[in-house]
Amino acid sequence: MRYLIKNGRVVDPANNIDSVMDLLITDGKIAEAGKDIKAPADVIIDASGKIVAPGLVDMHTHLREPGREDKETVRTGTIAALCGGYTSIACMPNTEPAIDNVKMVKTLKDIIKKDALTNVFIIGAITEERRGIKIADIRGMKEEGVSAFSDDGSSVDDERVLLEALKTAKKEGTIIIEHCEDIKISANGVINEGFMSTKMGLRGIPKRAEYERVKRDIELAKKASARIHIAHVSCKESVEAIRKAKQEGVGVTAETCPHYFALTEECCATYDTNTKMNPPLRTKEDAEAIKEALKDGTIDVIATDHAPHTDSEKDVEFDFAPFGVIGLETALSITAMELVEKGILSWKDLIIKMSLAPARILNIDRGDLKKGKAADIAIIDPSGAYVYEKEKIRSKSKNSPFIGWPLKVKVSEIFVSGELVMKEGAVISGS
Amino acid sequence: MTLKEKTKILDKETMDKSLERISHEIVEKVKSVEDIAIIGIKNRGAYLAVRVTDKIAKIVGKRPPLGALDITLYRDDLTQVAEQPVVHATEIDFSIDGKKIILVDDVLFTGRTIRCALDALIDFGRPSQIQLAVLIDRGHRELPIRADYVGKNVPTSLKEVVEVRLQEVDGKDEVMLCEKAE
Amino acid sequence: MEKKLVWTKKDLLGLEYLSAEEIEFILYTAEGFKEVTTRQIKKVPALRGKTVMNLFYEPSTRTRTSFELAAKRLSADVINISVEASSVKKGETLIDTGRNMEALKIDVLVVRHSSSGAPNILARAVGSSIVNAGDGWHEHPTQALLDMFTLKSKLGRIEGLNVSIIGDIAHSRVARSNIWGLTKLGAKVTVCAPRMLIPVGIEKMGVKATDDLNEALEGADAINVLRMQFERDAAVAFPSKMEYFRQYGITTERLKKCKPDIVVMHPGPINRGIEMSSEVADGPNSVILEQVTNGIAVRMAALYLVSHAKKAS
Repeated sequence: MRYLIKNGRVVDPANNIDSVMDLLITDGKIAEAGKDIKAPADVIIDASGKIVAPGLVDMHTHLREPGREDKETVRTGTIAALCGGYTSIACMPNTEPAIDNVKMVKTLKDIIKKDALTNVFIIGAITEERRGIKIADIRGMKEEGVSAFSDDGSSVDDERVLLEALKTAKKEGTIIIEHCEDIKISANGVINEGFMSTKMGLRGIPKRAEYERVKRDIELAKKASARIHIAHVSCKESVEAIRKAKQEGVGVTAETCPHYFALTEECCATYDTNTKMNPPLRTKEDAEAIKEALKDGTIDVIATDHAPHTDSEKDVEFDFAPFGVIGLETALSITAMELVEKGILSWKDLIIKMSLAPARILNIDRGDLKKGKAADIAIIDPSGAYVYEKEKIRSKSKNSPFIGWPLKVKVSEIFVSGELVMKEGAVISGS
Repeated sequence: MTLKEKTKILDKETMDKSLERISHEIVEKVKSVEDIAIIGIKNRGAYLAVRVTDKIAKIVGKRPPLGALDITLYRDDLTQVAEQPVVHATEIDFSIDGKKIILVDDVLFTGRTIRCALDALIDFGRPSQIQLAVLIDRGHRELPIRADYVGKNVPTSLKEVVEVRLQEVDGKDEVMLCEKAE
Repeated sequence: MEKKLVWTKKDLLGLEYLSAEEIEFILYTAEGFKEVTTRQIKKVPALRGKTVMNLFYEPSTRTRTSFELAAKRLSADVINISVEASSVKKGETLIDTGRNMEALKIDVLVVRHSSSGAPNILARAVGSSIVNAGDGWHEHPTQALLDMFTLKSKLGRIEGLNVSIIGDIAHSRVARSNIWGLTKLGAKVTVCAPRMLIPVGIEKMGVKATDDLNEALEGADAINVLRMQFERDAAVAFPSKMEYFRQYGITTERLKKCKPDIVVMHPGPINRGIEMSSEVADGPNSVILEQVTNGIAVRMAALYLVSHAKKAS
């Protein structure tokens, strides 16, 4: 199928492009990019007034398959991803069983081949069963196509184990993603430790649980001369540590999630468990620091940490609800509203944070609309407005803190490998 | 609901004369002031009860015991009432057992308020007799209740409202016949 | 005194959510109910035909009995349910239980739970009125109300009083509710506990915090002495009960340095010889038993008001 996308504002930071032009897709690839393309096409799409960008890349999603298909499957998760403008997602290995060996990677690859509507890249576990004791078969999994390694959900507590993993990752040419949390400090906390935890009578998670681990992991990466990626940064002190490390030339990259700059701990006041996640929502000061860090490049990526949980698991006392919120469908809208509209980031910056940078960190060839590259394209309507209703959520789970919010920015068409996969939220059958 | 004033039924002087007459009637009917107690129904009934007690004290030279009854907790129409009733404290610091109670209220209308007051009084003890004194009887009884002492009988239609205003609460003494304006 | 206010809240979840006027109104209503408890026949038909359920996920004889008596004196039908804590994990969820009770047409659910926010979650899911009888470390509104009712009856007012709350503040729902209620009504509140038991940011609730008991007692018009729970986290801060008594126990000696008519309160049950000496507990400054009596009137007021809440127009 040949598609001609006309008159859209093409935002392609990989090639320093931000202007109105046409895009021609042939044989699953970008065939041409330029003004007034005259070449023949089977389908012409008028993208006037819209943004044409490389499909978004989420380097932090939880797909729950195998094991908890009641929460989400590869199929439902990739549909949700498409709605949010994502053409590639990287899924974390904390499934049941964990993706910690070649056999599990193969099993997952088969499911992805059968059911995925977007590209799905696999993140393998650092240690066996993610228990933090014995390093998993990183080389074997890398050869099987795994893009990165993480025990996410947990941090690797033992310094020696993490150091060895970092060295192995460096040798194998891959990267470690660390969920920074010292559980001896966070203990049984359920919300940020501060005024809200005191007021609400809930056990608090001190920020130290995160930033002390961030500092430790940066030191270990330095020691191993290896790259490290810090997952879901939530607070000012973590930002400061990462900024300092970058200034010193340490190979550290970092991500944050939309809820850490759009929400604060005050949102938890009603004990709504859709505001409970780990790390928890922090203070206004931290949210401002996160925004500043996105602006000055300290934080490289905006990821979703899409963590589906069923209604019956979340609809309980705050103490007992599992941590996590979904985010694939709302990340683009929230980021555009909180950062682009408010002048903190440009659209070009947004595409870098949500597509190009994560692609580069994972070392996957995406986020780039140069001629010959895979045609993963999102056509974004910046004027689209809607109310985010629970009934309309496409993910199998509905645990979002943004339910009921009036949101802006919609994805009108989305291409994966040159095929139109979704239009106005409807999956095109046969794709 | 706004009220439109129609006529003045009683003014300060005539109100006082009515209360004077009621007080004399009570004294006449009762053998001994020792046997009676005056209990006013909050809110305005309580203030009227004070006046009646003062007058009786002047006539007889002795003050009968005086109490005030809050009937909010006994109302049977709480879910229908538009304005939320407020619970005030009942003040009866004497035993009512064996006493002849004179209940005092400002307006006798459907009789339901008096029924509540009777329920409340029975919970307080066992009076030998309960009589009722009201400033205005406006008819339209929904229960078999009647007043023993009446200041003035005023025939009214259901569209009308009898407003008793007292110095202690409203700044002046008068009784107005008003009409509900839509 | 005439009080006018339209009560619109179908639930009583905490004093944080009430205005000063609403708190004053409950106390005023409680006055009316106090009178009922002094009668020969301690019953009024105000809640006749209504059903009140004590849904207690945490054991408690005294609070439950207090609520039960309050409901019965209002002529309500009362049911008591004690839920084993473990059944929460094994069996029915809180919301499912709440919905089942609503299906039984229970009008008021009095809920005590070990998780903060449990009554808030129930109130959102269920149409019955929810009265919080204590949730985790969060709030115990009727306790604070009866504490303030008692203070008002002893000292005539709340505004301008110096009140010190002494004990394990971090884990105390009684402390939090009292802080909200007292500060909203204009009292000056000091909280006193060993450093580890003073929660982060408590000053933002409008109180002064100190770990020095003498500082907390100086100039205090009233003190509220909290129960020290050695079986919970608090054990970390103190090696022994004797140690706690030495540093924070209220004794006749310590009271000598206070205002002579200082009011001494305690939510009960008292650990004699730990939070306070027996002499103080039984002494002339203690109003502990009055608190218990006042508890009934305050809970009657709470049950009455939530049952007759007018929908805000």
